[in-house]
Amino acid sequence: MQGSGKIGGRLIAEVAAVAALFMLGQFLISTGMLEQYYQIILTSMCINIILAVSLSLINGFTGQLSLGHAGFMAVGAYASVVMTNRLDLPFIIGILAACLGAALAGFIIGVPTLRLKGDYLAIATLGFGEIIRVVLQNIDYVGGPSGIMGIEKYTTWAWLFASTILTLVVIVNLINSSYGRAIISVREDEVAAELMGINTTRYKVIAFVVGAMFAGLAGALYAHYFYIIKPESFTFMKSFDILVMVVLGGLGSTTGAVIAAIFVTALTAFLQSFPAIRMILYALILIIVMIYRPQGLMGNKEIGRKTLARLWGGKR
Amino acid sequence: MQEFIQQLINGLSLGAIYALIALGYTMVYGIIKLINFAHGDIMMVGAYVGFFSLSVLDSNILVAMIYAMLACSILGVLIEKIAYKPLRYSTRIAALITAIGVSLFLEYFTLFLLGPAQRVFPDTAFPVNNYNIIGVSVSNKDIFVIVSAVILMLILQYIIRMTKTGKAMRAVSEDKDAAVLMGISVDKTVSITFAIGSSLAAAAGVMIGVYYNTVNPLMGIVPGIKAFVAAVLGGIGLVPGAMVGGFLMGILETMVSGYGNSLYRDAVAYGVLILILIIKPTGLFGKNTGDKV
Amino acid sequence: MKRKISKKLAIIMAMVFMFSIIAGCGGDTKTPEKTDPKAATDKIKVGLNVELSGGAATYGTDARDGALLAIEQINAAGGILGKQLEPVVRDNKSAADEAMTISSALVGEKIVAQIGPLTSGDVAGSTPIMMEKKIPLIAPAATAVNVTVDEKTQKVRDYIFRVCFIDPFQGTLMAQFAANDMQAKTAVIYKDTSTDYAKGLAEYFKKTFEEKGGKIVAEEGFVKDDRDFKAVLTKIKNLKPDFIYVPGYYQEVAPLIKQARDLGITATIGGCDGWVSDDLVKVAGAANLNNTFFTTDFSAEDKDEKVVKFVNDFKAKYNKSPNSFNALGFDAAQMLAQAIKDAGEAQPEKIKDALAKIKDFVGVTGKMSIDASHNPIKAGVIVEYKDGKHVMKTRIQP
Repeated sequence: MQGSGKIGGRLIAEVAAVAALFMLGQFLISTGMLEQYYQIILTSMCINIILAVSLSLINGFTGQLSLGHAGFMAVGAYASVVMTNRLDLPFIIGILAACLGAALAGFIIGVPTLRLKGDYLAIATLGFGEIIRVVLQNIDYVGGPSGIMGIEKYTTWAWLFASTILTLVVIVNLINSSYGRAIISVREDEVAAELMGINTTRYKVIAFVVGAMFAGLAGALYAHYFYIIKPESFTFMKSFDILVMVVLGGLGSTTGAVIAAIFVTALTAFLQSFPAIRMILYALILIIVMIYRPQGLMGNKEIGRKTLARLWGGKR
Repeated sequence: MQEFIQQLINGLSLGAIYALIALGYTMVYGIIKLINFAHGDIMMVGAYVGFFSLSVLDSNILVAMIYAMLACSILGVLIEKIAYKPLRYSTRIAALITAIGVSLFLEYFTLFLLGPAQRVFPDTAFPVNNYNIIGVSVSNKDIFVIVSAVILMLILQYIIRMTKTGKAMRAVSEDKDAAVLMGISVDKTVSITFAIGSSLAAAAGVMIGVYYNTVNPLMGIVPGIKAFVAAVLGGIGLVPGAMVGGFLMGILETMVSGYGNSLYRDAVAYGVLILILIIKPTGLFGKNTGDKV
Repeated sequence: MKRKISKKLAIIMAMVFMFSIIAGCGGDTKTPEKTDPKAATDKIKVGLNVELSGGAATYGTDARDGALLAIEQINAAGGILGKQLEPVVRDNKSAADEAMTISSALVGEKIVAQIGPLTSGDVAGSTPIMMEKKIPLIAPAATAVNVTVDEKTQKVRDYIFRVCFIDPFQGTLMAQFAANDMQAKTAVIYKDTSTDYAKGLAEYFKKTFEEKGGKIVAEEGFVKDDRDFKAVLTKIKNLKPDFIYVPGYYQEVAPLIKQARDLGITATIGGCDGWVSDDLVKVAGAANLNNTFFTTDFSAEDKDEKVVKFVNDFKAKYNKSPNSFNALGFDAAQMLAQAIKDAGEAQPEKIKDALAKIKDFVGVTGKMSIDASHNPIKAGVIVEYKDGKHVMKTRIQP
């Protein structure tokens, strides 16, 4: 009981820290101290964190190369917008529809394709992502290629913050649970995992569905902030962007994914001042970082309390 | 029936181009297990080299093709040496991201240098004649594309099957470590593979330029990804697979547009790919190998 | 387990926190230089939020070139109200979310108005910022009806203007021409399905053509960057339509027409202002373009004095003949200059009011007045290709 008291104390402290952070963000935004431009970047950052962390569960922890993440984001974005914009339902219903829709899509796509290995899975998921896009392009109810314009701006700081925290809590929890150990065993050695009696397909599908669900959440937040969605926003290039964050952060590191998402968003914003060569610089940075740090910024390590404690200890 | 034959010819010439690009993908994959996403962009560079040698140097089409193939084989080797070689022993996904970086770099560097607007191949580069055979229209362009694609594939087969270099390439792709022990230089073999693969892409680029008259900096993306799908369709890493996959992809797209709904062309192409992967995960020509413990 | 999570959580939060602080500070430190009174007085900043990379890079670059030429000429002639115009060019990567970010960045740079983005979708991304910050936006080429008018409330978006035709105009015009002048009874629509522009045109063409008693025998589509159209064309050939409507851009339309003629399709082909480019003739071939017509507001072969001057100036600066995007970018900047002059002060809200009152403004895409829905009222022309040359067929005043 002694130990649990200590944990309880820590938990309270952490909840307080999170709450304080939220309040601070809310304060900066509502007083206008954080200019709109930075607000938009902060929003992109949160959405990218959700996308990167959810893809990192699939690519980094489960070791299944998926190139269709933008497709799930598209499903989430469209599902939520149909609810709020077409059917005039509240945002929370839109969010739920996005999560469920994307999870369902993840399940439908995951079950047949996750038997595939490595690059075959990559290309199959890429194919599915593109199919989702082509299908959306041909549904007139959701605007065809022009998409849906004039989406209500429901994505507030509160929603963003809560969603980002929720994603982190759920995915970190999942990874540290017995499910997570099974999932990582699939990555490390699928054959050995199977021999140990782990139903590898089941765990792959679980990771895939959870990852897809959060991509859907990101899609809903995206749609209700950026005013318009169209199929063209969700091509395989978008999937690549997310993959870049995951690999840059380090495969199998949630903190890495978070840092890389922040880094890439900030980099994109920074490069805006060089309109003519921004994509060239982006490409060069990508190549150079990969050559000098192929394992990603964090490798498969995490920044946790232990790391900090060690640093602290060192200083003392 | 006439319409069907016409569609088949349309599909074959489109497929020949896909097949040529797919060959480069598959060769590189076979030897270093890297999906070289920059391959489509190497094709684009080839198309530009072809364009400039036709319009500035006034060379004829075959000379332009040779220039393009030479330039791109050098480019391919350089890309491998600079960007991929340092990553040969790290994870494959790191190399994949680098390939995406190289692809973006080639696209946007070309765009920066030459502007995003398309360039038009000179008319004189390839005078077109249309032949009308029992209601089916065939142009000398179709014949040129299909014939030169087949010739290049035959040359490639010869190199891989009959020459020492080809033997080395097969050995490295089969078992890199054993190949080293047999005295094969892996670096050299990989370089040669990139040179050959890139020059095939360059040939495809010039063909696309001639066939559709235009080049632009982003022209490599779509055919690149389609050709990659074609390579997987046939069984990635396998040369005959890439050829058949390329032709199949071309014919499939043509048939969907011709007899089905053109709006769903890309969806059907990817759908068939997924179906084939699910039924036979290693592609049409791939051998199923179980996992070793 | 729970403990471990919360550990990581804390660190992550700390980092997000740090970043927000950094971002916040960045904003603070930048503010003084932005409100520098001197910089604000001798120059008028105009934002160019255009597509320089990504799928719409050609359109964005073309419009930018046109707009920069206009700004250069205005400045050479002494500027406006005695001040020079200063263009601030930013790349929105052909993405709606990026267009929004760029707009907010431009607002931070204290622009008085924004030109661009080009596509309707990217304009939509930029719209909320411009509306909220009350800064006018002139769209050179966004043709969707709902760009300037809110679909749901039918309210005009105060700060959003455009200089191009809207979709219904061109589609209807071509349908009338096909049914009345060409006596077409059957038509095939072969449209670029990847742009809302082409889809919109096709929709109104279909509506009007059917109202006139015509029959659409097939509706086909291609997507941007397609270069092979033979499969669908072979199918169309066997349908033997009187008329083929091909709304789209010249990059795809040129090889399409060439392949159609190569396959022996002789039917009349109709198009839209996206066709306007020298490349159309170069790629498709002059002979193949006979019996094709397109609707437009701009032709580089127009003998109008203003157009001739524009074409010559453009050729001198960029060494190529202008297309419709170049012209629309040029007109967007010119119209903005006119509005600033009319307003008498480079103040966004006054510019907006002046834009709404623009009347008989003479641009290179024709004489136009802004109507109540912020669309330009300008004449449409049907141009015929005769041996590679433009021949004005009919001019239709709205």
